[in-house]
Amino acid sequence: MLRRILAALATLLGVAVFVFIMLRAIPGNQITAGLGTEAAALTPAQQQQLEAYYGLDQPLIVQFFSWLGNVFTGNLGFSARAQQSVLELTAQSLPVTIELAIFSIVLALLIGIPLGMLSASRPDSPRDAFGQVVGLAGLSIPAFLLATTLLAVLASSFGFNPNGEGYAYLVDDPWLNLQQMLLPSIVLGFGIAAPIMRTTRTAVLEIRSNDFIRTAKAKGVPPRRLQAKHVLGNALVPIVTMTGLQFGYLLGGAVVVEQIFSLPGIGRQVLLGIQQKEYALVQSTVLIIALSFVIVNLLTDVLYRMIDPRVRAA
Amino acid sequence: MTDITQTATLAPGGGRTMERVRLLLRSRSGLVGLIIVVLLGVLSLLSAFGLLPYDPIAQDPPARLQPPSAEHWFGTDQFGRDVFSRVAAGVANSALISLVAVAFATLVGTFCGLVAGFYRGVSDGVISGVTNVLFAFPPLLLALSLASVFDRNWFTIAVAIAIVYVPIFIRVTRGPVLSLREIEYVKAATSTGQSRSMVMFRHVLPNIASIIIVQVTLSLSWAVLTEASLSFLGLGTPPPAPSLGSMIFEARTLIGIAPWTMIAPGAVVVLLVVGLNLLGDGLRDALDPRNRGKK
Repeated sequence: MLRRILAALATLLGVAVFVFIMLRAIPGNQITAGLGTEAAALTPAQQQQLEAYYGLDQPLIVQFFSWLGNVFTGNLGFSARAQQSVLELTAQSLPVTIELAIFSIVLALLIGIPLGMLSASRPDSPRDAFGQVVGLAGLSIPAFLLATTLLAVLASSFGFNPNGEGYAYLVDDPWLNLQQMLLPSIVLGFGIAAPIMRTTRTAVLEIRSNDFIRTAKAKGVPPRRLQAKHVLGNALVPIVTMTGLQFGYLLGGAVVVEQIFSLPGIGRQVLLGIQQKEYALVQSTVLIIALSFVIVNLLTDVLYRMIDPRVRAA
Repeated sequence: MTDITQTATLAPGGGRTMERVRLLLRSRSGLVGLIIVVLLGVLSLLSAFGLLPYDPIAQDPPARLQPPSAEHWFGTDQFGRDVFSRVAAGVANSALISLVAVAFATLVGTFCGLVAGFYRGVSDGVISGVTNVLFAFPPLLLALSLASVFDRNWFTIAVAIAIVYVPIFIRVTRGPVLSLREIEYVKAATSTGQSRSMVMFRHVLPNIASIIIVQVTLSLSWAVLTEASLSFLGLGTPPPAPSLGSMIFEARTLIGIAPWTMIAPGAVVVLLVVGLNLLGDGLRDALDPRNRGKK
């Protein structure tokens, strides 16, 4: 476990270096981004002063470590547009994305696991074909297409558009908040249900061919109990792994859906930062997303140990 | 693991490729996938050779927002541009970017995975480290951040998408190579005095080819989705060049009055991804040694 944590820390350092280099490669800098075309009117002396103010005249390596040192002390930078620190912005946006991710995952599990078991219950039958087609649709319909279509159809035909109003935080207006989370969770949940369905199907099929299932059947275990305890119980390991992976992706990958449904989540925060060339904002937010991803993977590992006694023993 | 050793012990024979093609055509999903991909491939070739009924970016204001007709098969958009021609050009654009991206990812990823798995040691440490770092980003977020770094044109978008998919190819290659290097005939080839890189390319690489072929097909479908998502967000190929994602973005306000502007590009994106997924599944079955000899 300690090795896993150390490896995760090394990965995070790598992520920090990567993000830093990537954003420094963007043409233009904080000054030109802040002043727009007026930047051309700066005298060389003013330019130098501004560079010194933002620390842009320092060697890259110094800039990197000063940024990293700040990150460790909780100073993630300041967004000039929002007039808020990145920490404050993230404290508002991260819960939105986590809420969305939880709803989507729950929906995906509710669709994916039963569908996968249904498909596996009789391979190559019409019900298997049905499960496979739904799975294929989930894999193939882009989230942005499903989202725009749902939004347009529901808004124009039924006048249902809770996301048209400003975003309501869960604590302020729980009812409106849940309505606003509904469509985005359906869109994301449908997409994630597909890999979960496929994983469930494969795992169930593989486990059912094991000797212990035949033994349990021979011992007279009722079919329902056999399915729930012996088959699904053993299939949980790959399903948990896949769910953890998808949850991690959602933390940053929900950007398109957040954008379409105007949810002020963390993906949208990155997108805004990119559009406005706010180095500190993008850098720190991407780092936080990668951090969450690595943490979710570690947690999945822990959960995995709890479910599978074989891994625990090893 | 068992798959690999089985592939490795198979005697190479002349009829193998033909048998695999036969297996692919026999599987319903593989055949359907192949047909869809070929049809859309022809459509993008028509666009590449300028054989479309209309110029995809030529505006014709008097003819705007016309429903589908014999003249305009998929109708026209808000500038009077022919939707069919734009969709075809969009598929060509999407195919070009995805093919270049996946080709790049395959070459770099497979090579790095081979080296890491076969030579182990420092190269493995460095390559696996970089892979872990790239895997810590959600794919779309990484593509988005990379696309925003470069001056945007089709090639830089392809490079951004390629970087996202390199680690997948590294991981898919490295694992099987790790077990292949321990197999007798690879050791034997090394002991006959062939150089290690020779052994790597001549004896190890051919044995992981089928895994890579399947991965290429599936990655193409993800690349199409990534490219479409990027252009939907306004970070893909810049306008007026037609792109399926940006066409859907523009159509979202027109869906009430001109639904064809949304349906045509939307259906084509889904069709393209479905086709590639089916083809990938079919190839996986056809190339799986456990399915050999099945009637």
